[in-house]
Amino acid sequence: MSGMLAAATVFAIGCYAMASVLVLVRLVRGPRAQDRVLALDLLYVHSMLVILVLGIRTGSDANFEAALLIALLGFVSSAALAKFILRGEVIE
Amino acid sequence: MTASVPVWVEVVVSVLLVLSGLFVVVSAAGVLWLQDFFLRMHPPALAYTFGSWCVTLAGILYFSMREGRLLLYPWLIIIMLSITVPVTTLLLARVALFRRRSAGVADTPPPLTGPPHVP
Repeated sequence: MSGMLAAATVFAIGCYAMASVLVLVRLVRGPRAQDRVLALDLLYVHSMLVILVLGIRTGSDANFEAALLIALLGFVSSAALAKFILRGEVIE
Repeated sequence: MTASVPVWVEVVVSVLLVLSGLFVVVSAAGVLWLQDFFLRMHPPALAYTFGSWCVTLAGILYFSMREGRLLLYPWLIIIMLSITVPVTTLLLARVALFRRRSAGVADTPPPLTGPPHVP
């Protein structure tokens, strides 16, 4: 791990943190429920990217499974929330 | 333990990571600053596609060069995102259209099914 790659990972994680703060503002402020669901879905993707970059930084390739799990959970939760807003119940 | 990788691999991986960070920041800024929900639905595509692709390709390159063999399973993340993200986006678009229609906003398109719409 050279200094350049370490700096790049720190920069990427800083970008994800800043983006998460921006999306969090939308999550708190969002006028309708669908804005909040969209922001939550984007937050899931940001956390998945942070875990991937941390895996590159620490050199452990076991982080890909964790990232895959987070992507799956994000999809399920967003789809369930959207279904709930649309129909009033998740499983009919 | 830490096998060294060539310098060009580190350069490419660093460039991919920086690109991914920039794409994600641009998409988040778009989500925050655009005014309408139907406009706001589009910037997350940057994070879903380019942001994730850059990080995943960087991971594939880095770990493949470090282990000395081709590791393609990080590609699963790209495949998974490209399957699941359109479903979420379509569901959210239908939610927004449904709520806009039931709120009685004037220029909402009529539903495709059901009795014909009489203006």
